[in-house]
Amino acid sequence: MEQSTPPFFKRGPSPLTRLSFFALVSLVMMTGDARFQYLELLRQGVAAVLYPLQRAAVAPIDAISRIGEFFVTQTSLISENSRLRQEHLANSAELQRLQALTAENAYLRKLLEAKERLAGSATTAEIVYAERNPFTRKLVIDKGRQDGVRAGQVVVDDTGVAGQVTRAYPFLAEVTLITDKDHAVPVQSARTGLRTILFGTGEENSLEVRYLAESADIQNGDLLVTSGIDGTYPSGLPVATVSRIEHNSGYPFARVVCTPSAGVDRNRHLLVLTAPEKFPEKPAEPAEAKQPRTKTRRGAR
Amino acid sequence: MAVPRPQQILLPVKPAYIAFTITVALLLNLLPLAGVARWIRPDFIALLVLYWSVQQPHRFGMTLAWVLGLVMDVAYGTLFGQHALTYSVIAFAGFVLHRRLRMFGLVAQFWHVLPLMLVAQALLAVLAMAKGGLFPGWEYFLGSVFGALLWVPMCVLLRLPRVPKSDPDQV
Repeated sequence: MEQSTPPFFKRGPSPLTRLSFFALVSLVMMTGDARFQYLELLRQGVAAVLYPLQRAAVAPIDAISRIGEFFVTQTSLISENSRLRQEHLANSAELQRLQALTAENAYLRKLLEAKERLAGSATTAEIVYAERNPFTRKLVIDKGRQDGVRAGQVVVDDTGVAGQVTRAYPFLAEVTLITDKDHAVPVQSARTGLRTILFGTGEENSLEVRYLAESADIQNGDLLVTSGIDGTYPSGLPVATVSRIEHNSGYPFARVVCTPSAGVDRNRHLLVLTAPEKFPEKPAEPAEAKQPRTKTRRGAR
Repeated sequence: MAVPRPQQILLPVKPAYIAFTITVALLLNLLPLAGVARWIRPDFIALLVLYWSVQQPHRFGMTLAWVLGLVMDVAYGTLFGQHALTYSVIAFAGFVLHRRLRMFGLVAQFWHVLPLMLVAQALLAVLAMAKGGLFPGWEYFLGSVFGALLWVPMCVLLRLPRVPKSDPDQV
């Protein structure tokens, strides 16, 4: 019984050993990925290799929609054209007003010696596909690092904020929608100026304002716009409208449910805003005040 | 006592054939679908990992399954290791079951594949929920049921290129 296995029967470590090894490596990678976001380089590399396959998978569906577009009837084109013309007319009136306001605003800002806001450019991107992972709300768009898209940029559509770029691959980028459970947008009520934070719920068409006092001045139908104090979202973009307010006496905060303004489920095109506003550096504390504080910190350690 | 079925001798599997099937499965997994189709789409790579680890247990191992899992993690934007762990568990089950499964007919294999796919998807869900995901609802598991239903046609289809053209019994 002491005989060892002949070499030609050897098949390496046993399946259970191999499974334990791979399970351990996977768990370590998952923890590392969730906590420290290392391995991003590996992700970029695999994504670049995967890109042609992703494009190939989307191609047939693109072709079908193009063929569908080709057979659009003339009447629908005419009606769309007239509708667009009316919209254009209404928009141009608004635009003229806006131009006057922009000029006036610039003048006032100069008077106040405030820093002029960066105009900021935008890149149009097309949604390639919605991610299949049902645990998060994410999209993949067809612009990536090659087009100057970077993680952290804000994504909007024609009606409001859609989300934020969370990962930029070489040719694609992953956008986390504002409805994602782990996403938060600092907002401000357009009616009262009340500042708060809007959280995603993980459901398709619902956002939530948490930690808002029962007595806060908020009503159904209030428009919430970005407040811009986070330095990521430019201020004044519409995000959501309040759709339901629940008061529960057992809970110190009101439950405020909102509907997102952007129609992410309907559109194919999104706008990636570049050049977020630059904030001035945080002013340095006076040297005398700084000295004792660092000393106490060291002492505490 | 179960009597082993007479098995047809098949042509050997070429590595290129395995690579081809993997590419097709990846394409199917990456198809952008919406609505109901999105929920019932099975994980084709998971099915393929099970198929090859049953058919070619010494060629298609856990390492390849694990690497495919990493690729899927990038494709779906999940945490690194989520699909990788799931696929290595499937490959392990395939290796353990490969002698047993081949004794059964294709329809009886369905009852082995279904619980295995459900367990694998439940593992994916648990891993995603551990990170803070919400429970996506029971329809999430429909993909596994349809995957198990696809097992029989998939086996027949993947076997076709390996059937020898001329019958070796008739000389």
